Amino acid sequence: MAKQGKVEKLAPPITRQYVRELQRQNRMENLGRGWYKFSRNPLSILGAAMVLLVTLLAIFAPWVAPHPDHAEPFTDFGHAHLPPSLEYPFGTDEIGRDILSRVIFGFRLSLWMGVVVLALVVPVGVLLGLIAGYAQGTRVDTIIMRLTDVFLAVPPLILALAIASVLKPNLTNSMVAVSLMWWPWYTRLVYGLASTLRNEFFVSSAETMGASTAHILFRELLPNMISPIFTKMSLDMGWVIIIGSMLSFVGLGVQEPTPALGTMVAKGARFLPDQWWVSIFPALAIVAVVLGFNLLGDGLRDLFAGEEV
Amino acid sequence: MDDEVLIAQDLKKHFVIGYESLMNRRPITVKAVDGVSFRVRRGETLGLVGESGSGKSTIAYMTVGMVQPSGGTLLFRGQDLFANGLKRALPLRKEIQIVFQDPGSSLNPRRTIQQILELPLRIHAPGKDLGQEVVRLLDLVDLPPEYMHKYPQMLSGGEKQIVAIARALATNPSLVILDEPTSALDVSVQGKIINLLIRLQREFDLTYLFITHDLSLMRNVASRVAIMYLGRICEVADAAEFFQFPQHPYTQMLLSSIPVVSEAEEAVKPKKIISTGEIPSPVNLPKGCSFHTRCPQVMDICKHVDPILVGTSAGHTARCHLFEQPVEVTAQGWPT
Amino acid sequence: MSLSAPPRLLEVKDLSVHFKVYSGVLKVLDGVTFSVDAGEKVGLVGETGCGKTTTMKAILRILPIPPAVVPRGEILFQGEDLLRMRPDQMRQVRGPGISMVFQDPTASLNPVFTIGEQLGPVIRYSAPENRGLSRRQIRQKALIPLQDVALADPERLLDAYPIQLSGGMRQRVCIGMALATNPELLIADEPGTSLDVTIQDQVIRLLGELVERKRTSVILITHSLGVVREMTDRVYVMYAGNMVEVAPTRRLFANPLHPYTRGLMEAVPKLTGGGMAMGIPGRLPSYQHPPSGCRFHTRCPHVMPVCRREKPPFFQAEAGHQAACFLYSPEAERHRNEAQA
Repeated sequence: MAKQGKVEKLAPPITRQYVRELQRQNRMENLGRGWYKFSRNPLSILGAAMVLLVTLLAIFAPWVAPHPDHAEPFTDFGHAHLPPSLEYPFGTDEIGRDILSRVIFGFRLSLWMGVVVLALVVPVGVLLGLIAGYAQGTRVDTIIMRLTDVFLAVPPLILALAIASVLKPNLTNSMVAVSLMWWPWYTRLVYGLASTLRNEFFVSSAETMGASTAHILFRELLPNMISPIFTKMSLDMGWVIIIGSMLSFVGLGVQEPTPALGTMVAKGARFLPDQWWVSIFPALAIVAVVLGFNLLGDGLRDLFAGEEV
Repeated sequence: MDDEVLIAQDLKKHFVIGYESLMNRRPITVKAVDGVSFRVRRGETLGLVGESGSGKSTIAYMTVGMVQPSGGTLLFRGQDLFANGLKRALPLRKEIQIVFQDPGSSLNPRRTIQQILELPLRIHAPGKDLGQEVVRLLDLVDLPPEYMHKYPQMLSGGEKQIVAIARALATNPSLVILDEPTSALDVSVQGKIINLLIRLQREFDLTYLFITHDLSLMRNVASRVAIMYLGRICEVADAAEFFQFPQHPYTQMLLSSIPVVSEAEEAVKPKKIISTGEIPSPVNLPKGCSFHTRCPQVMDICKHVDPILVGTSAGHTARCHLFEQPVEVTAQGWPT
Repeated sequence: MSLSAPPRLLEVKDLSVHFKVYSGVLKVLDGVTFSVDAGEKVGLVGETGCGKTTTMKAILRILPIPPAVVPRGEILFQGEDLLRMRPDQMRQVRGPGISMVFQDPTASLNPVFTIGEQLGPVIRYSAPENRGLSRRQIRQKALIPLQDVALADPERLLDAYPIQLSGGMRQRVCIGMALATNPELLIADEPGTSLDVTIQDQVIRLLGELVERKRTSVILITHSLGVVREMTDRVYVMYAGNMVEVAPTRRLFANPLHPYTRGLMEAVPKLTGGGMAMGIPGRLPSYQHPPSGCRFHTRCPHVMPVCRREKPPFFQAEAGHQAACFLYSPEAERHRNEAQA
């Protein structure tokens, strides 16, 4: 036995390259397994493709859109209310702007809104949830969780409307409004996870060794929650975009002439049903983005479900 | 005095699990540990044996500072472990380490073995070359160094537990609590783990408090054995003496219930005692001796009077009226 | 065994079960063959992951398909192949033919129904003449299985919820329920493992007495050699999806033959003391790339060249005692010489 042990110890010297190679292999194996599970569901692939397409369109809008200048102050009454054609695949609106181009620029705004809101909401919500969940049963827990209850009790759209109407209706303010009502959901999610995970013995082990609270929160607990948080983020992108569109629809979000999908649906609704294309195409665009993110979210959930330990 | 690493005196842990009613706020408590005293000597392995609900794990958790006792004292080399409540100075934490039962739960699945082993080193041995130390620890427990980059789920159950042992040794402790370290593992790997523990004990002069439900295992590992039943210790003895002359009726029932694999073992078991009855709920402990509901030798006194631990021979004590001087019965009945 | 012997109660022949997963095919069961006679108590011993639970699920046809596939094999119960039965025929077999006791009694009883509510349907469908009985009559009949498992105050138990019972009592209820249909065969999967030693002793003893009285055949699946020794007539030892040894219980414990069985016996801590053996070196091989030949050869202290080439069949060592190991082949001498050469 002892002899065998010695031989093993001499075996491969742990050079830095060797360590890197090991890590690379691990990563490839995990990626491969993940892709296999993800790819078994054609809907997740579709979702991922839609999200990717929309993202690319949004990023490269000025180069992709047939009439990029139509996203800016622009009027061409000569081409107003044209039905879909080769020249204008989605038709034109009442002042002659190409709807396809404005939808592509509208994606930009929707995604931008989703990203900013989540970037504000997730860190705050997760941090509060971690603290409250780890401190479950103490006063800290009570304070944080009752606060989230208060925010959850306010009807979300009304809160957003109130904020947007008190402040100036514009993109920034509607993002602030949406963020304010969104963080408690992350707190709730993470709270539930943390209050279960804190009973795991790896947490006890770190505690008895004298590890800092920060270590336990961010190194022991958080890494075990990455999957549900990412899944929720993907699903929430769709929701934030819908809420943003709703706010624009009721006139509290982005103002003309900046192209926002919600505003376009609202403005175009006046011309239904004769000039249907003015509002139906932006509406379908919203459906596409939200559906894409939801399918992707479901796919991510399936993907992570198997590796929960 | 120096010889005794850990001394528990009348240690108690009562968990409040609810209240009688909304009006009557009298707490309903579970007496998980109810007045336990024992001593662990330097270099020995004290086997703390009991069934589920006996309070053995609660004692383990108190010793490492996860649970605050509700009464009594726990002294480590003469220092009160709970002088500052659950807050414990780092040097004291360094001395007492624990290996948990289920390595699947005690190793964070999202951290590499290296990260897991580095944590105690960062806290207790700052300034050392962490990479080197991790390799040294792995070497100590005969795991190849490339394991440091693996995640726990890539390891077998036995290997995970070996990592947990290496982590406990990282701080260079003197007392290690082993909380059923092999009961989640297959019998074919149990031997490897136990022999590793024995080797490490010799190499580093470790003292073990070995929590388990497995008496056969204790026969081969423990130098002394303490039996717990419903939050109390009912028998303590040196291992050799204990297995040869088990005294307490519960111990005898426990020993005779063990399924064994050979005639030779059958011969050393106490003669068959048919185990009867259910283990009472720790919320509603029976009056008198808590074992009297299942005891084949139950006497009238057992239903009324709680026995005390008495010496039956050198280094052998049992909590049973069978070994006490007869109690005088007064006209008013049994003393309560 | 003469040619005119009556058909065995259960006969599993060359059963293979594979699982299709991401990384490939896991060949979990690889030609498992065993049998149970009427009234016989058979033990199936092996460690975690050896395939004993998969075997049991295959017999009951509760394997998740997919990912599981059964590429070959037969499971003859009273002469009929369970693998070829239609689902409705299979329902006839489960219950009156084969019933189950699981490891965790907490998980096998539904927490939101009382014991009586869970026992009632079992009684009602256990025999055709019970279908038409009234609730009250069913309730009366439901007392019998509870009395069978020596539970005090069965009348009150019928109205109790599982959470009000201790673990030992729950397991006894499960045993009573499984035997209420008077099955021909009871499969008990680690029935005492989740219980304390003294309670396990009670439950196992009770189970033994009850099946003896009812003349039910039993397959006891467990990792505990001690429990098998106390309760069974005959033992099969399983390793990595193969049967490696079979013998009458007394013979097996007196004289284990297969190196794996021997290693296992040595590894069990003994009440007689003497220190702990090192156990069996190495670990269970991967089912995706199982070792060639004998699946145990990677851990075997007596490995010979032939073990890597061929899968050992069962070799008869004495009446009823067989080991799947080339050490017991008539040509063992030649194999050993080859190893030395």
